[in-house]
Amino acid sequence: MILPRPFDTHGHPFSEEAVLSDVVLKVKDLETTFFSKAGPFRAVNKISYEIRKGETLGIVGESGCGKSVTSFSLMRLIEKPGQITGGSAVLNGRDLLKLSEPEMQKVRGDEMAMIFQEPMTALNPVLTIGQQIDEQILMHKNVTPAEAKERSIEMLSLVGIPSPAERYTNYPHQLSGGMRQRAMIAMALSCNPTFLIADEPTTALDVTIQAQILELIQTLQEKLNMTVQFITHDLGVISEIADRTLVMYGGQFCEMGNTQEIFKNPLHPYTHALIGSRPRFGNRVQRLTTIEGSVPAPHEYPAGCPFTNRCSRATEQCRMQKPPVQELSPGHQVACFHPMGAR
Amino acid sequence: MTTYIVRRMLQTFVVIILLSYVCFYLMTLMPGDPVELMIQSNPKITSADIERLRTLYGLDQPAYKRYANWVSSIVQGDLGYSRTYRVPVSELIGPKLVNTFVLSMSSLLLAILIAVPLGVLCALRAGSKLDYTVNFFAFAGISMPSFWLAIVLIIIFSVTLGWLPAGGTSTIGFEPTGILDGGLDRLKYLILPTLSLAYLSIGSFLRFVRASMMDAMRNDYIRTAKAKGLPRLAVVWKHGFRNALIPLITIIALSFSGVFSGAIITETVFAYQGVGKLVFDSITGNDFNVAMVSFVISVSMVLLMNLIADILYGVADPRISYK
Repeated sequence: MILPRPFDTHGHPFSEEAVLSDVVLKVKDLETTFFSKAGPFRAVNKISYEIRKGETLGIVGESGCGKSVTSFSLMRLIEKPGQITGGSAVLNGRDLLKLSEPEMQKVRGDEMAMIFQEPMTALNPVLTIGQQIDEQILMHKNVTPAEAKERSIEMLSLVGIPSPAERYTNYPHQLSGGMRQRAMIAMALSCNPTFLIADEPTTALDVTIQAQILELIQTLQEKLNMTVQFITHDLGVISEIADRTLVMYGGQFCEMGNTQEIFKNPLHPYTHALIGSRPRFGNRVQRLTTIEGSVPAPHEYPAGCPFTNRCSRATEQCRMQKPPVQELSPGHQVACFHPMGAR
Repeated sequence: MTTYIVRRMLQTFVVIILLSYVCFYLMTLMPGDPVELMIQSNPKITSADIERLRTLYGLDQPAYKRYANWVSSIVQGDLGYSRTYRVPVSELIGPKLVNTFVLSMSSLLLAILIAVPLGVLCALRAGSKLDYTVNFFAFAGISMPSFWLAIVLIIIFSVTLGWLPAGGTSTIGFEPTGILDGGLDRLKYLILPTLSLAYLSIGSFLRFVRASMMDAMRNDYIRTAKAKGLPRLAVVWKHGFRNALIPLITIIALSFSGVFSGAIITETVFAYQGVGKLVFDSITGNDFNVAMVSFVISVSMVLLMNLIADILYGVADPRISYK
């Protein structure tokens, strides 16, 4: 079933740019706005990044920073009153934001797939695991139901579910949380996506199960040569899984670079504070360090850098102007007027 | 599953016996009995005659004994005599039950056929103009008195337009030459009462379908289904409606329990020969046998439909299992 892809899934040859570089996803100035009654609110504000083949990009930030909205924008699953209001997202040479809904349906679940936070609620309780995986395969691949079943069971065993043929006939409630997340992964990967979005896939799981699921995603990523966008608020998870990391705050780009580099040498004051507020083993302190203040309400963001009111280095310029993204060292970008390194 | 059903059937049977006794006992508490009606219609009756009649009909015996007599004759297939109409109850009630059943079933099915797709559509477009319009008419249906709607329908379709008969069950003196012929004649009389009954239940069904569907569509698995690349129809029906169906089972199953009870107001306005008016008359006229038969049918239908709803739950929702 695993086929090489000289062409994209619809038989169009990849664009020259995509063939020459190994960039799988190139997001440029992505902007998603929620038109609420209180006025429009930019949940994702001109985010740009790219992910190369086989790479894992971690997107980290606190609740409401726009990391999930970014992912849903790529899947084009933003519900009203939200709307993608600008930018482009080129996956394998095609701009996802320009595809029609039927074209997008062919991409979802086939070329790109997504796994979700809550394995308890993300699976349909009234359909068997098998029915739910089969459905996706039958949708995208030209196979018979028997072949789809075979493939589903193969996928269940690939994600390490014991007695997959039996689990195939089970309903979600008959599986444990970890098993459900494995089934969810089996479903997402059933059509060999080149690009996988994992939206906090381990957040709802026990720590031991978390580690297993992370390992599983990594193993499968290598095996299937997938590119992964991994979203989490957990820095521990990021340090374990992400090759590169994008830090977001208030819907905006803060910092992006090699994960190790970000942890060792954070440039944005927010990243710095985020890493500083992490509990460390063997380092018992009375109180954990916190970031002063709280995330502003959607309509209270300053015109400039969204972190201004919590930042110790903020100046009047930060309040008024958006800091541009600059590359301070190769591959390490930051959007800050007063980055940490430059004292 | 089978043991569950058998157990529930036995329970149902016991409840029917108990409830029928309660109904029977309540009937005996009502002032007056058939003999009193005879006394009124015959001023020359002697007290010896009254005694004799009371003994003849068993009215001098305690309620439980009379109940036991009644049950034993029911079990033997004898539903007794209607004292008002002076015909066997089965002859009296049989054809009317059929009429009521046809009317109730057709209005229920029509209501479901309209309410379900419309409710789903409203849920998907909640807050739209369509949603508001449909909801307006749904609430109108819920709050409208049935006799008023029936009269309005008669005025429009029978009096003004003259398309359909204003009342009755079939054309009097009409000799149908075949099933099709007779059926068409009955259909003419069925349309208006069906419409008026259906409109009344569409409102509440629609509100239920809409609420239940909106709940279902808010679930995470709907997002999963979309992320799988399923077309909208599959997301809505296979993933959304399939889940929305579970809470709907109760209300729909319980609605079916009324198919033999009759809709007294609608049947009266349309002079439809159903069981509703008959039962009402039998209660006020102390016609025990007729009233009891229809009580038992009503009670049994409610219990039976509850049982069916519970079984359907198990079918619709794999998380529910019966042991």
